[in-house]
Amino acid sequence: MATVRPAAEWELSNLILAAAERGKPVEIMGAGTKRGVGRPVQAAVTISTAGLRGVTLYEPTELVMSARAGTLVSDIESQLAEKGQMLPFEPIDLGPALGGQAGRGTIGAVFATNLSGARRVATGSARDHLLGVHAINGRGEAFKSGGRVLKNVTGYDVARGVAGSWGTLAVLTEVTFKVVPRPERTATVALFGLTDDLATEVMCQAMGTPYEVSGAVHLPQPMAQRLLTPEFREPGKAVTALRIENLASFVAYRCDKLRENLAPYGKAEVLGDEVSRAFWGELRRLSVLQQDSRPLWRISTKPTNGYRVVEAIRRYMPVDAFYDWSGGLIWLELPEAADAGASDIRRVIAQFGGHATLMRAEPAVRSAIDVFQPLEPGVERLTRGIKSAFDPAGILNPGRMYAAI
Amino acid sequence: MSSILLPEPNPDILARRDAIIADLKALVGADSVVSDEDGRRAFETDGLTAYRKMPLAVVLPQSTEEVSAVLRYCHQNGVKVVARGAGTSLCGGALPAEDAVVVGVSKMNRVLDVDYASRTAVVQTGITNLAISGAVGKDGFFYAPDPSSQLACTLAGNLAMNSGGAHCLKYGVTTNNVLGVKMVLMNGEIVEIGGQHLDAPGYDLLGFIIGSEGQFGITTEATVRILRAAEHARPMLLGFASTEDAGACVSAIIGSGIIPVAIEYMDKPAIEVCEAFAKAGYPLDVEALLIVEVEGSETEIDDLLARLVKIAEPFKPKSMKVSSSPAESAKIWRGRKSAFGAIGRISEYYCMDGTIPLKQLPRVLTRISEICGSHGLRVANIFHAGDGNLHPLILYNANDPREVEKAELAGADILKLCVEVGGCLTGEHGVGVEKRELMRHQFSETDLLVQMRIKSVFDPDWLLNPAKVFPLAEREMLENAA
Repeated sequence: MATVRPAAEWELSNLILAAAERGKPVEIMGAGTKRGVGRPVQAAVTISTAGLRGVTLYEPTELVMSARAGTLVSDIESQLAEKGQMLPFEPIDLGPALGGQAGRGTIGAVFATNLSGARRVATGSARDHLLGVHAINGRGEAFKSGGRVLKNVTGYDVARGVAGSWGTLAVLTEVTFKVVPRPERTATVALFGLTDDLATEVMCQAMGTPYEVSGAVHLPQPMAQRLLTPEFREPGKAVTALRIENLASFVAYRCDKLRENLAPYGKAEVLGDEVSRAFWGELRRLSVLQQDSRPLWRISTKPTNGYRVVEAIRRYMPVDAFYDWSGGLIWLELPEAADAGASDIRRVIAQFGGHATLMRAEPAVRSAIDVFQPLEPGVERLTRGIKSAFDPAGILNPGRMYAAI
Repeated sequence: MSSILLPEPNPDILARRDAIIADLKALVGADSVVSDEDGRRAFETDGLTAYRKMPLAVVLPQSTEEVSAVLRYCHQNGVKVVARGAGTSLCGGALPAEDAVVVGVSKMNRVLDVDYASRTAVVQTGITNLAISGAVGKDGFFYAPDPSSQLACTLAGNLAMNSGGAHCLKYGVTTNNVLGVKMVLMNGEIVEIGGQHLDAPGYDLLGFIIGSEGQFGITTEATVRILRAAEHARPMLLGFASTEDAGACVSAIIGSGIIPVAIEYMDKPAIEVCEAFAKAGYPLDVEALLIVEVEGSETEIDDLLARLVKIAEPFKPKSMKVSSSPAESAKIWRGRKSAFGAIGRISEYYCMDGTIPLKQLPRVLTRISEICGSHGLRVANIFHAGDGNLHPLILYNANDPREVEKAELAGADILKLCVEVGGCLTGEHGVGVEKRELMRHQFSETDLLVQMRIKSVFDPDWLLNPAKVFPLAEREMLENAA
């Protein structure tokens, strides 16, 4: 299979136009770190945006950055760090969990897949911070949406709509996004040994305090044992961790208040800046997941239902799971199974609400089942309509999200 | 102000008016249909009062099912529909048409569910923006987007326009604070999108829908994020001798790593009018005033305000004052939030809503006063400085048709200027009728086609809120391209 790496937007646009005219499907990717997610794409040609590199605009005092789609996230983060800033949504790095290396992903793919990390529960996801895009749709048309200012309602919000479409609507060539100051100090209020249901109560209560908790995760004991940060692993118990970030002089006060607030659930410990950065950093790389081919699911539901979903799935199969987003995001690993557990998992989701995506499985499994959550009929009709508005010939990553879309 | 062309009404629909009204009454009951002239007159305009059109009829349904029945009927009969919340749109987003039925959601205004653990509330969309915060405020929670019209405007309108407010520098705009909607499509189909979970299962349909200016469907229910309020909040006032100093101070604040919850800017004419109205203690001897608000514990606030004072010092503020009490804070915000009303007491004005990169502020304000001066008009500027959203208020005499025309010309020139310097036509009010014909200054034909094709997915016959957002000629282009 040929991989083409255009070095300019016009070149990419010509390639797509040619493919559209011949009705030939193309696989779209950045660096390919998330290539194993979704239904396998049947295409003779792969187009990578990795050749479109470089930060094109950075105004720290306006909290805005633009970069070509193929720019490495790691490059962007180091440029931001030089000015004491960061990406607000802490994108997760799927590389290691999918058998690759960390730090190889591109910024275009972050928005194309809208994969956000722990901070999402407090400050919003990747799509929430996307201000504008330049992109090429399945007709080979180069278009823009949004802009470079923080507030903009001119025309429909096409940029946000294209975010999270996994390259099936358009190929992003340049993205503009909001950035934020990096907090001066990070600390973690941690409780050890809580059951999943109590941990959920703790996380939801913490998110409802005025202390601006910017991450709320719970790792049951088997997952906590895989942590690399010893301060969190060595107690040998489940870990419920709440992140507090702010000016150094504020963090101690907020941690104290939060501990007081959570006193009924046990004595919370406060872990300091260095340990906290290591812990939240390894969660960004999903370090507690196995690096093998066993099925991995990502389930999004309302926070108070997360542990119930896992409990219900356990009635069908043994699973390892941990919780992010105050209990509302579940990463779930299970033993090999013919349908990767899809039918049972989806039955549980139907009962509790939310959606489940199979993030890792053998290609044969991914071809055979719905990798993304099947849609309600009304939503499915709109989804098909939107696909056809952007890509009427169905050439961009065909079938990756849904068969025949 | 009437230079924007509105399409001629369809004579067939006008001829069938009595039958259509009878049918609508049969669907939702006579009490929910407004058909007499006096009743309809209350709906003939919105916040852009220069444009008025008497609607064919007004329907005020009480349930999603009634909205569905009305839309299905209108779809089958080729009748256009204009959705309406409270009618506070400043861009003519809710302007009716003579051959269109207005469907207002104002009777559907209940809170259906509050879930503090998951930090969400489910509400009917006819609820006012402020009433959402009102329903959860006693428990220390609030709904973040806070447009100036929040006492009156509905969530339905906020969803349609992706409304912002003064505090969105920290908390984001509507699209960042909504997790789900129940929406009726033009064909009457009811779709539910999203819910209490934090991301979309497939395409981000909410992303497309929020900000679609009532052209994709009528939302009847929404799941919104409610947030725990900070322990305390306190504003300070910083007055400067020049626009440059004030703009540079905003840059310095943001560059320092402190993101205040709001940074509001007023120029001298705006300060004078607002102070006369609200007696908020604004300094009158400065060219530019910043209201900077920070949140946290009392100690944290003291610390942050002290840091802000230090950051501001190099820009030689002529006046610095920290609010000393909740009552004073309320006054400071009342002055700012009543700015539109206060200026409205001294003159008719035309409120613009462009966004600019902050660095361009001095240049843009100079050009704005040149543009308005060249037309012999006065202007006052109010600015959400943290996020670059500028509200020039062009003062004019509504009884002088030439002055009205000049105000419109000056307004268009200002918005083109915003686009030229890297900004956009509208930061939070929407395009509506008002900025429809300016869209080509910001977007290429292809950009507009990409948007219009999405409209056709939700509403293939273009019956919902017609003749808004896109230049009238573009519609033909879409049909030719199809």
